[in-house]
Formats: sequence, structure tokens, C-alpha cells
Amino acid sequence: MSISESALWTEGLGKSFRLHLQGGLRIPVLADVDLAVKPGECVALSGPSGAGKSTLMRCLYGNYGAEQGRIWLRHQGAPVELTAADARATREIRRHTLGYVSQFLRVIPRVGALDIVAEPLIARGAAPDAARARARELLLRLNLPERLHHLPPATFSGGEQQRVNLARGFAPGYPLLLLDEPTASLDAANRAVVIGLIGEAKQAGAALIGIFHDVEVRDQVADRLFEVLPIQDAA
Amino acid sequence: MSHEPGSPFGGYNFAYLDENTKRMIRRALLKAVAIPGHQVPFGAREMPLPYGWGTGGIQVTAAILGPRDVLKVIDQGADDTTNAVSIRRFFSRVAGVRGTTRTAEATIIQTRHRIPETPLTEAQTLVYQVPMPEPLFRLEPRLAETRRMHALADYGLMHVKLYEDIARHGHVSTAYSYPVMVGGRYLMSPSPIPAFDNPKMHRMPALQLFGAGREKKIYAVPPYTEVRSLDFEDHPFRPHRADGCCALCGSTTSYLDEVLTDDRGGRMFVCSDTDYCEERQEAAATAAPASTTPAPETEGVA
Amino acid sequence: MSAPLLEAKGLNLAFGAVRALDDVAIDIHPGEVVAIVGESGSGKSSLLRVLAGQMRPDAGTVLYRDPAGTAHPVHGMGEAALRRLMRTDWGFVHQNARDGLRMGVSAGGNVGERLMAIGARHYGGIREEATEWLKRVEIDPARIDHLPRTFSGGMQQRLQIARTLVTRPRLVFMDEPTGGLDVSVQARLLDLIRALVADLGIAVLLVTHDIAAARLLAHRILVMRRGQVVEHGLTDRVLDDPQHPYTQLLVASVLAA
Repeated sequence: MSISESALWTEGLGKSFRLHLQGGLRIPVLADVDLAVKPGECVALSGPSGAGKSTLMRCLYGNYGAEQGRIWLRHQGAPVELTAADARATREIRRHTLGYVSQFLRVIPRVGALDIVAEPLIARGAAPDAARARARELLLRLNLPERLHHLPPATFSGGEQQRVNLARGFAPGYPLLLLDEPTASLDAANRAVVIGLIGEAKQAGAALIGIFHDVEVRDQVADRLFEVLPIQDAA
Repeated sequence: MSHEPGSPFGGYNFAYLDENTKRMIRRALLKAVAIPGHQVPFGAREMPLPYGWGTGGIQVTAAILGPRDVLKVIDQGADDTTNAVSIRRFFSRVAGVRGTTRTAEATIIQTRHRIPETPLTEAQTLVYQVPMPEPLFRLEPRLAETRRMHALADYGLMHVKLYEDIARHGHVSTAYSYPVMVGGRYLMSPSPIPAFDNPKMHRMPALQLFGAGREKKIYAVPPYTEVRSLDFEDHPFRPHRADGCCALCGSTTSYLDEVLTDDRGGRMFVCSDTDYCEERQEAAATAAPASTTPAPETEGVA
Repeated sequence: MSAPLLEAKGLNLAFGAVRALDDVAIDIHPGEVVAIVGESGSGKSSLLRVLAGQMRPDAGTVLYRDPAGTAHPVHGMGEAALRRLMRTDWGFVHQNARDGLRMGVSAGGNVGERLMAIGARHYGGIREEATEWLKRVEIDPARIDHLPRTFSGGMQQRLQIARTLVTRPRLVFMDEPTGGLDVSVQARLLDLIRALVADLGIAVLLVTHDIAAARLLAHRILVMRRGQVVEHGLTDRVLDDPQHPYTQLLVASVLAA
């Protein structure tokens, strides 16, 4: 595949964890990962549990520091090396280019669901009213009743929290979106909504990388699979 | 100390203080005049009267007094209170200067808590007795910090005090020692004169000197210096005066003291400036010799 | 990208044999919230005081860039300029509200002081602004004339925040702002700080030993130990994938929320 077409690509990405509290124990997780995703494409990470799919996702988001290799992505029209970006540049990339829907919502105390969803839009410069209107629309589409919109999601069920999380991830329309088990705690109706959202994002030219436990969902949204294999423990 | 019977000043140097001390005080005074409103430390001496009785003012007076000066001393506007009388007597003994109660006759007026009603002239010097020279002392207990605030003209805190007054009482309740800005630069305590007297300090032709004996500070306002009382735009400074006229001279503009006349709640208001009141009574008596009681006088009747 | 608001390089400071700062560099950009974490004695409070101009380093420079873009050496601008900065462009929130408030002055007077210090002379206007700020920090405006000593610890701290932010500073130094408060009170205060800082776009330099507070508030984290910055980076990167043994220990010592 031609790199120049990609929205995100990695070169020999490797990651291990060194646990200093366990006598410097080194746990290798990823080695020589070469992944590339084009705009409008959805790539599903596959591989057995514990192979490092979530670790890869976190590396791609800059949440885990890559140990070897490089991660590149197209940010505002130009290739940028995420692995070389400092904290402020990474924030800037996340604000405009790179979205991430984790498995669990990180709840901010006392902030209502609607504002949690609108926040990344406002951070990108949207007018607060327009941002809230978009947030409301998405929450309703994900079947979160209006009476919950102004409540902080701390007391919501797992499924409700996940839908707030999804709305927050899809609201800004990032060119690059990482999805970690986006449908894990959703019922059939809401799974269908998520499948629809992913389809629309692809239509809009977004590149998506996802971990989908649910094979049915995966088959419907993924254009191809990218296999993440467990590597042999090296001492 | 030996008493020399032949000495004109009861055995003391002229005006009690030795010449070196006077020179030291004069140097402090010159500096104070050069930096209007700024507190200058000086080596205050033990004086033959206790702190709080005007030791700072007396030292300033002693340092500027010459043999031809005419001295007036007032306490709360009156020439005949114990404090005023004893200070005047002190200087007549140790300097042989003439005392007076007439404001217009005096070349030096030492005062506690008032500015005379009669406007002062360039030929006169007003010496204030000051118990606490630091206007910020109730707000900021650290002296080093208040010095820094003065150095940097960092006076927001003083307005906080006025803000608190208005918040609590609806108006600035400070009736005495009402803080002023001198020459647009230094925050200054005018000593515990009534706020009513503050406007008299503004562009006063006479030199104003302030002495604080216990706190060992001297400060000054040179003639014709701008002296502004602090205030807010929507709560402008208002000099307060008791409503009514003086029961003795009929003045409607002078600062009045309330005097209780009996145990049944009887009271009257009289001028706090005794000399001003007496002069007006005399003038009224001259103008209308037949009258036995002083007629309440209105402005414009000469 | 914008130039840094505050830029420090090569900071060294020793107290006798103890190195409080060992070649520390840090910068902070407009609107950025940076946390300095570490245990007691790590040098984080010394760093804050050096950056705020309250303490002179043995070596190194701290530059502050004013709104016009001119950089000023913090330790060479003179006390008058530094004080002016401290009551206009900068603010300082102390751990102990008593150090940041005037306990003998009403809540309204406390909030109004900075306004008056920069020349506000309209009583009604000052009072209106103070009322607005009391509301913003969730203190009943009916208590505007009450003394802070009648307030709870959390309220005192919120009042200190209002007093500091009323002039909309560009950079606020915070020294353990939630230290010494009950856990439930801490959460409310942290959230309030988070919302206000985001709303006003203020840059904050926050010193804390509370990892959870740093995670909630900070965009970036510096981990200090024995006077050195041992690790720094994006908040979630440092806390989720700590590299330095000390950071790993620090993160492992926190109970998961």
C-alpha cells in the first residue's frame, strides 16, 4: 500500500513494559507492527486475547509511549510523526485529528452527559450552542433519553455510559478514530446505531481502527482485518 | 543634671534638646519635606512627659523653634487644656518664647487632633502630634510589609478598608485619621484630626510637620501640596460636621463639640476651636455693644 | 504554535547539602495546565516559588512573556514589577486559605482587593463583580459581608480562588490547593477549578502530591524527585505508561478510583 494515501501508518512499532517495581521485569507486547489505514477505511484488529490489541490502540493514541519504531499520521494535511510529537503537539493532534473511544467512560465529576459530549467540539472552536445541539442529536440517536442529558453519568449503567462515550467520540467527526470494543455493553438496537455511525464516518472519509469483540459487528463494518499476534517472551 | 541659676533656660539648652539632636531632627524634617507624605525615621529622645502627650510634636517644635517665634499650642482645638497649657509653659521656660492663643499671631502652632478654623499663611508652620504615623497599621500588622507597600505605592488594601466601612455602615465610618494621598504618591495618616479638617490640608499655604515620638517617625506636607482624601466614585468623601450652629458664637461652618450641660440630657454645641469662637464673640460684641447675649451670626454680617 | 508564557532553564538551588533543584527546565504555554507532582521534599514547592519569583535560584533563568510578547527575566524585573504582575497577570493560590485570604476582611472585600489594587474605584461596580464571583465559586452571595473565618475550609479555599481569578490572570500558581481538605470537599473544589480554568483559558502551574487531582486538572505532568524532573509528558501518558521507576512507584501507590 502506498504510504502517501494513508491516514495513519506505523513503521516497525514495538512496545514492551519494564516493571521497575518487579525487579525491572521486562514484558514485551508488540514487535515490528507495520499498520496502515487509508481515509474511508475501517481496519479491525484481530488476534487472541492478550495479544496486545489494546496496547496497540493506546500506542496509536499516544497514551502509551512507543518503544521502537514510529507512528505517523496525517494532521491538517501534512504527515506528522506522533512518536516524535511533544505533549502539546499531541494534544493538538488529538483535538483536531485523532479521536479515541475507550471501553470505559472516564467520568468527570459534576459534568452532565450533554456537556461531556459537547466538550471536544467546543475545544475545536465550535460555538457552545451548536456543540450542544450536535451532542443532543447524537445522544438521542443512541437512545439516551433527554432526561439524562443534564445528569453527570457517574450513576448511569455501563451501557448508558458507553453510549455517552460513543457520542463524545463521534461528535467532532475526527479524520482518525480509534474504537476499543465500542459495542461491548450495548443491546442490538444500539449496536445497529453504532454500525450506522461507523458507516457514516467512513463515508465522510474518516479512517477507523477498531477492536470488535462482536464478530457480527466486525464483519459489517471492517474493510479488512489486521492480525496482532502474541510475541514470544524474551527475557 | 546640674541646675545653673544664671542660665536663662533653667539650665537647659535653648528649647531643651541639645544642638546635635536638633540637627538630627532637622535633617529628618528636610528629608520629610523633600518626600511629601513619606515617613522618615528619627532618633526620638526621652522627653520630660510621657508618650501620648505629644513627645513627637514637641521634638519637632523644639528643632524648628527660634527665639523670635510665637507659639500656640492646641489640644482638640482648645488652648486651655492641660496638655496645651503645659506644653506652652514648657517652651516658655526652656526657650523663653512668647506664647499666644491667637491663631493669626502664632508663627508655630503645635496641635493635637485639630486644624485651626482660621486659614493659615505661608509665614506659619503647623506641627501635629501623631500617635500612630502608619495609616496601614490596622490592616497590615507587619511593619516591613507596610514599608514595602509604601515603596511600591501598593495601596489597594486601604481601599479595602473603605470598602468594608461602606459594606458595614452604608458609608465610610472613619471620622478621624481619615487617610489621604499626598502629592498623588504617598498614603498618609493626617493624625487623629476629624475628617472635617482634611480639606484644610489640601494646598495649605503653611508648612505642615508631623512628629510621632513613640513610633520615632517624622513626615511633612510642604506648602501648597495636593492632599486628597481617599474615596470611591459613587461614595465621594464628605467631611462630616454636626448639624447646627455654635451656641456661643453662632458659627454655622466651624467644627463643633458637643457639651453636656446637666444630668438631664441637656446639651449644646460649641466651636471646638476656642480662639476662633472667642474672636467671633468679640467681633460680635464690638459690632453690637448693646447686646448682652451673642446673637447667632450669619455669614455676610461683618 | 504560541510562544511560552513562562520559560525556565537550568534552575539550580541548594539548601546546604540538599539540592532542591538540580538543573530543572520547564515551560508553560497560554491556557495550559501543568502539574508538578512528587512527594514532600522532592523540590516541587521550591520550583513553584522560584518560578513565581518568590525565591531566587542559585543558577538558571525564568522568563515571563507579557501580553505584548516581550520576555522579562522574573528575577531581574525588580520587586515593584513583580508585585504588579502578582496582582494583575499572575495569581497565587496557597494551600492554606489563611495565607491567601485576609481573615479580618469580608468575603466581598477579599474578592474586591485585587480590583481595587489595579484601580477600581466604584464601590457599586466592585460589589457587583464580587457578587458575581461568589456565585461562580458556589458561595451564597448573601454571605458577601461575612468574614472568611465563619466559612468552612472548602468555602475559604473557594473564596481564595475567586479572589485570585477576579482580575482574570493569565497564569496562576497553585500550591496543593486541595491539601488539608476532606475528600468530598476536594472533589468539588477540583471540579470547580477545572471548570473555571477551562472557561477562562488560564494557564495553571499546579503543585500537588495528589495524582488524581493532577489527572483531572493537568494537560501535562512533570514528576520531580530529589530536585530533578525524572519524567514529563502528557498527563495520561505519564500516568498510564510511567517509565521512570519513581513514577511507577508513585502511580502504583494510588488507589484506583
